[in-house]
Amino acid sequence: MKQLMKGNEAIAEAAIQAGCRFFFGYPITPQNQIPEYMSKRLPQVGGCFLQAESEIAAINMVYGAGGAGARVMTSSSSPGISLKQEGISYIVGAEVPCVIVNMVRGGPGLGSIQPAQSDYYQATRGGGHGDYRMCVLAPGSVQEAVDLTQDAFDIADRYRNPVLVLGDGLIGQMMEPVDMDKVADRAPAADLKEKNWAANGHIPTEDSPRAIINSLYIDPQVLENHCKRLQAKYDLIAANECRWQEEMLSDAEIVIVAYGTTSRIARSAMRKCREKGIKVGMLRPITLWPFPDAALRKTLSTAKAYLVLEMSMGQMVDDVRLAINGERPVHFYGRTGGMVPTVAETAAQIEQLAQSIAPDDGTCRTEFEKTVRGAAEKIDAAAEVVGKKLDEAGKKITETFNSPELHKKAQDVGKQASDFAVRTADTVAKGVTELFGAIGKAVESVQKDLKDIEQQQKAESDESEPPKDGGKEGE
Amino acid sequence: MAVVFAKTKMLCEKPFHYCPGCTHGIIHRLVAEALDELGIGETAIGVAPVGCAVFAYDYFACDMMEAAHGRAPAVATGIKRVCPDKAVFTYQGDGDLASIGTAEIIHAATRGEKITTIFVNNAIYGMTGGQMAPTTLPGQVTTTSPYGRDTSHCGWPVKVSEMLSTLTGPAYIARVSVHDVPNIKKAKAAIKKAFQLQMEGKGFTLVEVLSTCPTNWGKTPQEALMWVKESMIPAYPLGVFKDVTAQPATPEGGAQ
Repeated sequence: MKQLMKGNEAIAEAAIQAGCRFFFGYPITPQNQIPEYMSKRLPQVGGCFLQAESEIAAINMVYGAGGAGARVMTSSSSPGISLKQEGISYIVGAEVPCVIVNMVRGGPGLGSIQPAQSDYYQATRGGGHGDYRMCVLAPGSVQEAVDLTQDAFDIADRYRNPVLVLGDGLIGQMMEPVDMDKVADRAPAADLKEKNWAANGHIPTEDSPRAIINSLYIDPQVLENHCKRLQAKYDLIAANECRWQEEMLSDAEIVIVAYGTTSRIARSAMRKCREKGIKVGMLRPITLWPFPDAALRKTLSTAKAYLVLEMSMGQMVDDVRLAINGERPVHFYGRTGGMVPTVAETAAQIEQLAQSIAPDDGTCRTEFEKTVRGAAEKIDAAAEVVGKKLDEAGKKITETFNSPELHKKAQDVGKQASDFAVRTADTVAKGVTELFGAIGKAVESVQKDLKDIEQQQKAESDESEPPKDGGKEGE
Repeated sequence: MAVVFAKTKMLCEKPFHYCPGCTHGIIHRLVAEALDELGIGETAIGVAPVGCAVFAYDYFACDMMEAAHGRAPAVATGIKRVCPDKAVFTYQGDGDLASIGTAEIIHAATRGEKITTIFVNNAIYGMTGGQMAPTTLPGQVTTTSPYGRDTSHCGWPVKVSEMLSTLTGPAYIARVSVHDVPNIKKAKAAIKKAFQLQMEGKGFTLVEVLSTCPTNWGKTPQEALMWVKESMIPAYPLGVFKDVTAQPATPEGGAQ
């Protein structure tokens, strides 16, 4: 029978039904219903709830209880999860299974208490120091939160690694019908082995030697070997535990990638756009690490563009781009800080993307486009008119140059010019000849005058000529 | 031939890595003997700290977990809640417990967490090379208080036993020293009592053990033992600060 449950409470009950008997936590909004529920329910089933003095202490209590072999859980919200990172790194290094729930709220810093997805990097890249990975499960409904929380315990035990359930304030606070009968008293997965490695104060045996739960490897070569062994484990998780959901992908030209809360918004927007004939589908990662790269690459056969919707400034978009590896454009739309994108604004993003990838059929889709296109058409028309006129003018010029009248006129002009030149040249030559003749006459005249003057002077000097001898000049 | 001395089976064969004159070895042995003599050692679970005793998991012959710096009481809490019938102990130094791990120790104590904490106080950070600890004495020279600890600048030593004994949760809190044989015997008795009260479910128990660090104090092993006697004990008086089984409820010796 289905019952109406708040996400936080449903997760807590699901954990108990999966055999979780220990919970350590610290109050922080918006996940308080998890510790509150655990404090009421765990004593009823012989378990232990303990409110720690801090998130740091809580995660270290989880480390102790998990190291002793128990199914153990802690929950918190973003700032508290930051505090737990030290412990998570140690837990991974020491290979202790446990389940951690993060009901993400807006950040950075104290941020807000409204839902967000801005802890994606922290969740999928490790968060604490050192080389490590955690399986990250992202539920999109209360029912799925229940199912994934139970699976989380199996995955954690299977690989001796913490598993993170990444919800947000909305998943935690929302009430939805859930089938709790389906998950009641769920037995651990059949493949899980006895925890013969646990530090539970056991008498050592050959199968179960003295337990040392530790992440210290002072010899670097030994630590490198340890890290390589852990990496092989992460590779195994990637190969076996990757989960995703495909919706309307068979012909999708636009592929939306969204997880958790935003996948619900994306789904509604997708349906609206489908009604308008847009070929849009969605790939919803359920495990954020391992990320469903292969499934996403399969969508390349139909996809022209990708749209990643997140309640962050864009974090998962990196993983989508890595998966697509530049083969298609990957667009992002997000709200952050506790703001949740609406279906309408998401649908608008899809429509805009649909227009940008549609072949140009000449139809105008916006007023602006109409205006621009109108202006362009007018310019084209005007240019055509101007062009025609220029052509006409050009033709006329050519015709005129080619006309026989023009040629005859040109010949006449040429002849006239030639006649004029000949006449002018004759006149000039005549003038010059006359001028030279005049100059010659003038020169002759001057020479004659000079001769007359010379003869006159000679005649005058003969009358007063002194004796040829006797006289002394100048005495 | 009668065996007059044997190594306790609660210590592994691995040789200690501690410096000559360091009393960690003595304290390890006392803890191991106490666990053995009470018959709770084989099923005990210990939590190693970050500090000189970081390799404690190699020495105690029982299940062990290595904790992050200061977090041993929280780790031990998790273990104890899962294994309430087992002896659970933390072994922590003064940087680990009295500085970075103050929240964890205070809250484990006030919860009356049924664990035993062996608190080794040598007034310095040993493993990292002799920096000032929260327990460094006024005027004491360390690598980060090269002019001597100036109380006007960085305050006074933390008196952990006195502080925790003001809480209701602890069942037993004592400060002991291992600088000579009579004190080693008293220290063993205190550690044994702490484990006993833990197993009786009385509450949180802690034994603060004054210890040496000849390497970082710049002293010979013998000088170091004398320094415990002459400088540390006046600052950290020995005694039982809390004992819920004492008749009547007046502390024997301590709480000066």
